[in-house]
Amino acid sequence: MSAAAGYGSPARRFLRHLRRNPLFWAGLAVVVCVALAAIFAPFFAPYDPNLRHSGFKLSPPSELFPLGTDSLGRDVLSRLLFGARVSLWVGFVAVGISIAIGVSLGLMAGFFRGWVDELVLRFVDVMLCFPSFFLILAVVAFLDASMFNIMIIIGLTSWMGVARLVRAETLSLREREFVAASRLAGAVAGRILFLHILPNALAPVLVYATLGVAGAILTESALSFLGIGVEVPQASWGNMLTEGREDMSVSWWLSVFPGLAILITVLSYNLLGEGLRDLFDPKRQN
Amino acid sequence: MNSPARRILKKIVWLVLVFFGITIISFWVIHLAPGSPTDMETTLNPLADSDARQKLEKLYGLDQPLPVQYVQWLGRMARLDFGESMSNDPRPVMDKIMECLPVTVGMNLTALVLTLLVAIPIGVRAARRPGGAFDRGSTLFVYIGFAMPSFWLAMLLMLLFCIHWPLLPLSGLTSLEYESFSTFGKFADLLRHLTLPVFIYTFGALAGMSRFMRSSMVEALRQDYIRTARAKGVPENRVVWSHALRNALLPAITLLGLSVPGLIGGSVIVESIFALPGLGQLFYDSVMARDYPMIMGSLVLGAVLTLLGNLLADLGYGLADPRIRSGQSAGSGGGGAS
Repeated sequence: MSAAAGYGSPARRFLRHLRRNPLFWAGLAVVVCVALAAIFAPFFAPYDPNLRHSGFKLSPPSELFPLGTDSLGRDVLSRLLFGARVSLWVGFVAVGISIAIGVSLGLMAGFFRGWVDELVLRFVDVMLCFPSFFLILAVVAFLDASMFNIMIIIGLTSWMGVARLVRAETLSLREREFVAASRLAGAVAGRILFLHILPNALAPVLVYATLGVAGAILTESALSFLGIGVEVPQASWGNMLTEGREDMSVSWWLSVFPGLAILITVLSYNLLGEGLRDLFDPKRQN
Repeated sequence: MNSPARRILKKIVWLVLVFFGITIISFWVIHLAPGSPTDMETTLNPLADSDARQKLEKLYGLDQPLPVQYVQWLGRMARLDFGESMSNDPRPVMDKIMECLPVTVGMNLTALVLTLLVAIPIGVRAARRPGGAFDRGSTLFVYIGFAMPSFWLAMLLMLLFCIHWPLLPLSGLTSLEYESFSTFGKFADLLRHLTLPVFIYTFGALAGMSRFMRSSMVEALRQDYIRTARAKGVPENRVVWSHALRNALLPAITLLGLSVPGLIGGSVIVESIFALPGLGQLFYDSVMARDYPMIMGSLVLGAVLTLLGNLLADLGYGLADPRIRSGQSAGSGGGGAS
């Protein structure tokens, strides 16, 4: 299969690759749909997510409320749509922070080597020793739980993989001829790093970022589920599940739909990431 | 060049450096709070009355300059003295942690063994025919396993097995009448209470482990010695389960070490859902109550446990791999830092 993928122009190879990877397409489609749902939540949502329909408390899915209502009479579908905003917002900002830190440290370690490299690697080792959930919770205990803090903390505790990845890429790229040529032409370190090395290391970083969004969404929902993430009444998929837990035995829809939203969103980001990985690195296909 | 003695020495230096780093990060976390950790306005902590505040100030020597505070804190930690809990149960932090540790470690070890027992056959079977029906099926399962929020799975299973069909107890470690049971009854009771939590742990770890076993086996089956074994007529089952698996299992040892922080972190979720008196629940409660000495103690201990897991995995790898045992260089897997 990898031999067959090796011929044709890059564009044709790309198209053939996509045709052969329905899972990648499925992932991409869902990712786009969730993003649209989040962006246009006010248009799609049938009701205000925090509006309490008195008289319709815990009503099962119906024509009026497609996914039912919760114990305060709020529409579950509307809350899910607005919850998508929280998940994606946290996912993207947290990954942005972790990529920024990971890429900078990885580039420095790989390019300058020596004690800089040693320092970064040991820092990564130290950070990997903390159970990340413990570290996040400890920081939340000292600061306060809010969506803003959660995004930053998730970002600050998830950059280690990117740093190792970019370091390895940089180490191999800095020995390549085009970098030597550039150095010979008198380019300074910054120019070589950002114009020659970084662009060539971007593909694996993109893969990592896509998978990272999935991870951050999972972490945020777990934190919100524990009651230390996004604060009520703002809807997040995690805190919707917590609120639904009390009425678990009578209202199954409160326990099922938010979890399904998390599962499907995380799954499609993972599929997208894996698809991109295969695309950039045909050797991995087996 | 890479003699065992030198390897061990390098490992010790690494260990000391990383431990030093852990203490610095933990110490930094204490000082993260705006103002001081004892400042009532910023923590909104009902427990932080003047009495508790004085206790904390004494514990962390907050009137001293930072480096002095750090050295004093380090000295206390070396004696495993994390201070006393600020909660309604003001015993030393270390005692409370030690009381909770067996539950968490026991559940995680059980889950780890179960994970290996299930993941190895799945990975091997999938690797025998990459792209085949079993491989595709297990890949689908792996994707779902990676995306499944453990707390949601726990909720669904509770809904199914505790409420819809009341087969298993909803929460806790033992029943109320536990003490009146016979030895066997006690064991059965414990087993019933731990079924769902251990299943959640196992399910969470299964996806990564079986995926890893699969790619490790695919790689092993490609090696020349496999072709040699087949060529000289070794039965296929023996080739797969003995020749290839033994080599494919080596990197899994490292993965086991790496999975320790995830398991400890995951215990917060599982234990708080099922109300199990373990380290995760203790940590969660102390975060909710802003019980600072307790938080710091658990954080440092969690990191040290991970470090130990790492070290054990490294030692295990060394024992299992004859190339390292005899002091030869063993490619990428043997490096100290991974």
